[in-house]
Amino acid sequence: MKYSIMVNEGPYTHQASDTALAFCKAALEAEHEIFRVFFYHDGVNNGTRYTVPPQDDRNIQKEWSKLAEAHDIDMVICIAAAQRRGIMDADEAKRQGLDGDNIAPGFRISGLGQLIEGGIIADCQLVFGD
Amino acid sequence: MAIKKFMFVNRKAPYGTVYALESLEVVLIGAAFEQDVSLAFVGDGVYQICKGQSTDGIGMKNFSPTYKALGDYEVTKLYVEKESLEARGLTLDDLMPLVWEDEDDDYAEKPSIRLVSSEELATVFDEQDVVLSF
Repeated sequence: MKYSIMVNEGPYTHQASDTALAFCKAALEAEHEIFRVFFYHDGVNNGTRYTVPPQDDRNIQKEWSKLAEAHDIDMVICIAAAQRRGIMDADEAKRQGLDGDNIAPGFRISGLGQLIEGGIIADCQLVFGD
Repeated sequence: MAIKKFMFVNRKAPYGTVYALESLEVVLIGAAFEQDVSLAFVGDGVYQICKGQSTDGIGMKNFSPTYKALGDYEVTKLYVEKESLEARGLTLDDLMPLVWEDEDDDYAEKPSIRLVSSEELATVFDEQDVVLSF
């Protein structure tokens, strides 16, 4: 089965991102395909590499980045939601005249069309949120 | 590209959180992709399409006029759950008169809002290919 995933909540505040991550791992283990993970609302906060949780806690951002790298998963952060919340890649930071970017490895910034496309292409779209 | 039935489920009040505003942004993109788009308003989501919204003093944009433009994007199916309206002491008269123009019927204005029971709404959900909840 080809899945498309939507993550609508940020890390730590809410369980949604952990659950989405666990789902993706389980789906991949069962030899399903993750077509795309789309981060929206506060979900975009999963994609900043400046995430530094205490050492005895999980690093959710790194877990996503590792998963993307290991399985070549397309992980997209919504540009409109990202701009509101200060998540930038190098191009966008330059365009906005900002002094740096913070996007984590494995994530890319793109538009909402990527979410709709995910829904069209995947057999099943799952939303993880509040 | 294939056309799928997309349902956007609006469950939250329009202000206080950003979910409603950002949901509407997705709806407009979904329509631009020429998908078969429906919206459902349940729970506090019914407040999103109430008449006479004013955001004076809370510093948020009043985005309620955007719902009136949905008909122009061929988003013409807005399901409102009857039980949710009733539980909040609201009736159809409290909602914006949202309409769409039917090209095949001499551009007659037709209501977009469909008042349905939760049971009827369940049937509508069942027919969807993609359900996104906000």
